Amino acid sequence: MNTDHGQYLLEMNDLHIEGFSDGQWHEIVKGFNLELKRGEVLGLIGESGAGKSTIGIAAMGFCKAGCRIKAGRIRFDGIELTDASEETKRKLRGSRIAYVAQSAAAAFNPAHKLIDQFSESVIQHGVGTREEAYADARDLYAKIKMPEPDTIGFRYPHQVSGGQLQRAMTAMALSCRPDLIIFDEPTTALDVTTQIEVLATIRDIVDYFNTSAIYISHDLAVVAQMADKIVVLRYGELIEEAETRQMLADPKENYTKSLWAVRTFKKLSVPRSTHSEPVLRVNDITARYPKATQPVLIDVNFEIHRGETVAIVGESGSGKSTAARVITGLLSPQEGSVEFEGQTLPSDCGNRSLEQLKKIQMIYQMPDTAVNPRHRIRKIVGRPLSFYLGLEGSEKQQRLNELMEMIEMDPKQFLDRYPGELSGGQKQRICIARALAADPGFIICDEITSALDQLVAEGILRLLDRLQQELGLAYMFITHDLATVRAIADRVIVMLDGRIVEQGPKLEVLTPPHHEYTELLLSSVPEMNPDWMDNIMAQRASQKGIQAAGN
Amino acid sequence: MLLQRILLGLLTLFAITLIIFLGVSMLPGDAAEAILGQAATPETVAALRKQLGLDLPAHTRYLTWLGNILQGDFGVSIGNGREINEVLGTRLYNTIFLAAFAACIAVPLAVILGILAALYRNSFYDRSVNIVTLSSISTPEFFVAYILLLLVSVKAGWLPSLSNVRVDTTFAEHLEKTLLPALVLTLVSMAHMMRMTRAALINLLSNAYIEMATLKGLKRFRVIIHHALPNAWAPIVNVIVLNLAYLIVGVIVVEVVFVYPGLGQYLVDAVQRRDMPVVQACCLIFAATYVLLNLIADVLSILTNPRLLHPK
Repeated sequence: MNTDHGQYLLEMNDLHIEGFSDGQWHEIVKGFNLELKRGEVLGLIGESGAGKSTIGIAAMGFCKAGCRIKAGRIRFDGIELTDASEETKRKLRGSRIAYVAQSAAAAFNPAHKLIDQFSESVIQHGVGTREEAYADARDLYAKIKMPEPDTIGFRYPHQVSGGQLQRAMTAMALSCRPDLIIFDEPTTALDVTTQIEVLATIRDIVDYFNTSAIYISHDLAVVAQMADKIVVLRYGELIEEAETRQMLADPKENYTKSLWAVRTFKKLSVPRSTHSEPVLRVNDITARYPKATQPVLIDVNFEIHRGETVAIVGESGSGKSTAARVITGLLSPQEGSVEFEGQTLPSDCGNRSLEQLKKIQMIYQMPDTAVNPRHRIRKIVGRPLSFYLGLEGSEKQQRLNELMEMIEMDPKQFLDRYPGELSGGQKQRICIARALAADPGFIICDEITSALDQLVAEGILRLLDRLQQELGLAYMFITHDLATVRAIADRVIVMLDGRIVEQGPKLEVLTPPHHEYTELLLSSVPEMNPDWMDNIMAQRASQKGIQAAGN
Repeated sequence: MLLQRILLGLLTLFAITLIIFLGVSMLPGDAAEAILGQAATPETVAALRKQLGLDLPAHTRYLTWLGNILQGDFGVSIGNGREINEVLGTRLYNTIFLAAFAACIAVPLAVILGILAALYRNSFYDRSVNIVTLSSISTPEFFVAYILLLLVSVKAGWLPSLSNVRVDTTFAEHLEKTLLPALVLTLVSMAHMMRMTRAALINLLSNAYIEMATLKGLKRFRVIIHHALPNAWAPIVNVIVLNLAYLIVGVIVVEVVFVYPGLGQYLVDAVQRRDMPVVQACCLIFAATYVLLNLIADVLSILTNPRLLHPK
C-alpha cells in the first residue's frame, strides 16, 4: 500500500456540511479539521445534533439524503474525496473505509444470511472469492469469540442476539481489511453487560489488524476506553482536541468540563417509615404473553410507597416493561394481583373504573412517538383534563396554565405550539404534564431519559424530584442506566429473566456484597478511566480461571 | 395460520353462493317466462316452472343447487338444455389461457419497469413511464381495445381482429389470435403493478440496511436488486396476484369486443337469455378464482418474509 501521501491516513480541512430543512440550508458542520494517523483511534464526542455522525460518514465521501458538503477538503490516503467521482468513492467504501452502524438489527438486511452479507463486499470489490470470504468469516467469528463460529454465519439476522449482531457487524466491516473503520455509536442500543463484550471485541480487532478508526459516541466513559485521541464537538464545531489521558485528566474548555462533570444531581433519599401503607402492591405476579409458552414474569413481588421512587433495573428481556404492562392492565397476568391503595385492581384495564385508571399514569421512552404530532400542546395536555376530571372552559385553561408552570414551561409561549416545534427535553416535559393532568398517585417512567442528552436528562430528573416532593407522587423508574438509578432511586429492584433477583434500599443494593448478577451489572458500567476496561476484563478472566481451576 | 386462511376462504365462498342465489332470485321475471316468450300463458308458464323445479321454495332450490355444485354438477342450461359442465370446461380454459398470456407479458414488464423507475427515481424515464401507464389504466378497456384494433389490425393488418378460436385451433394459432386482447389487458393492468413495485422499493430506501449496503460500496443496481427487492416482495406479490384475479374476472368486456369464446362471453350471452343456471355458474367460478388468488397472495406474502420463513 502506498504511504507516500504524508503521515496522515485521513485529513479534513475546514469542512462545511449543510443540511436542508424547513425550506432552507442550515450549516451542520462549521469548519471542522481533523488529522488521523495510521493505526490511530480517534474518539468523536458530542451531544445529539453536534454533527458527529455527519462527520463520520463524510470520511467515506458520503452525505445522507438532504445533506451536502458545501466547502472544505477530505483527503483519504492521498485521494481527494470532495473532488473524486462517485465511482472512485464507491470503490473505497467497504473495501478501504468501512462503516459500523448504531443498530446492527436495522443495518443487517433481514433477507440475507450473515455470512453472505459478510462476503458481499469481498466479492463485489474483487478482493476474493466466496469460498475465501466464507473461510475468513469463520476465522473472524472465532477470533471475536462468537458462539459456534463455523455455523453462526448461516443464520439470518433475526436469529441471533443484539450483542452478537453488533459483533458480527464489526467482523463484517473487517471483511476487506480496511484501513479505516467508522464506528457510529456501535454500543448505544445495547445493555451494559453486552456493551462491554462488544467494546472488547472492537478493541481487540482494531489492535490486531492495526486499523485506524473513528469512534463516535456520546458516552465519554466508553470513548475513554477506545480512543487514543478525543475530539469534542458542539453544534458542528470543534471545542477541544487532545490525547485521551490528557483530555480526561485536564480538560481545558468549559463545555468539556461540564461534560466531564459527574452527575451532580442526587435525590435526598428518605428511608421508608415503618408504618406507611404502600400505594402500589404487586402480589406474586406470573405473566406470559398470549401464545407464548414461557412466562416473562415469574413470582414478582414488590411494593411502592407514597413519595417513593423505585427503580427497576435489568437487561432487555428481563421483564421490566412487562411489569409495567401488568400494572397498567395492558397484560393480564396468569397468577397474582395488583393492589392500588389497598384495593385490588381488575387485571384487564378495560374493566377498571375511570377513577382507578387516572391514578396510574405512564411516561414513555420516546417523547417523539408518545405525543400526536398533529395536536397542539393545549390538546395533548388538555385531553386528560376533560376525560378524567371533566374540566372545560376557564377551569381547564387555569389548570393548563398551572400544569405548564409545574413543568417550568411558559403557557403563553408553548400551549399553542405543535410537538414538532419543541426539543426532545421539552417534549418529555409535555409528557410529564400530560401524566400530571390526570392527577395521579403513581407514575411509571419507562426509560424516560435514555433518548435524551445527559444535561437535558438531568433537568428532567430534577423536575420529577421536585414534583414528587410537592405532590407526594410515587414513581416506578424502569431503566437500564445505573447512573439514573444512583441519581433518583430510593429503592432498587434488580430483575433477570423475569424474576426479581435482589431488592432493597438503594444504598444496600448498590454497595457490596451484591447478588452475583447485580455485581455483573454494576461492574459493567464504564468508568471515566482509560484503564477501566483492561482491569475489568483481566479481573473477569482471572475469576473464570479460578472457577475453572476449582472445577 | 394457513389453515385459518383457507377456512376463511371457504366461508367467503359459501357467503358468495348465498349472495349469487339471492341476487338471481330477486331479478324480475324468471326462466320459464323467458323460454316461452310470446307463447306464455299462465298455464304453460306454471307447467314449465314445475318442470324446471322453479315452483319449489327458495331454500330447497338453494340447497339442491349447492348440493349439486359440491358434487361438481353445475346443472343444465335452460337456453339450450345442455349440461353446463360440458361448455364450462372449454370456456374456462380459454379465459385462463388469455389471462395467463396477458400475465406472462404484463407481470415481468411491470416489475422490470417498476425497478427501473425506482432506480432512476424522478428522472425523465420515471415520469414518462408513470404518465404512459397511468393514462392507459385511466382509459376504459373497450376504448383501448378499439384503438389497438384500429391501429394494429385494421390499418396495419398485422394481427386478426377476431379471436374466434375453436377446439381444434393449434397452440400457436391460439397465441396469435389472442395476442391483441392480451396486449389490451397488459396495458390496463400494468400501471398498478408497476407503481406498486416502484413505491415498495422506494419505501425501503430509507432503511438503515440500504444505507449500510451503499456504504459497503455496492453499485446502486445491486443495492436495489439484492437488498431492497427481497424485502419488497410482500406488497408487490399482493398487487400482482390481485391483478391476476382482475385479468380473469375483468376480462368480460375484452372478450366481448374480440368475440373470444371465454367465460366472460358465456356469461354475457347467458344474461341476455336469462339463462340463470349459467349465470350462477359463471359468477361462482369468477368468485372462486378471486378468493383462490387472494389466498395465494396471502400465502406468498408469508413465504417471502424471511422472519416467517426462517423462524428462530
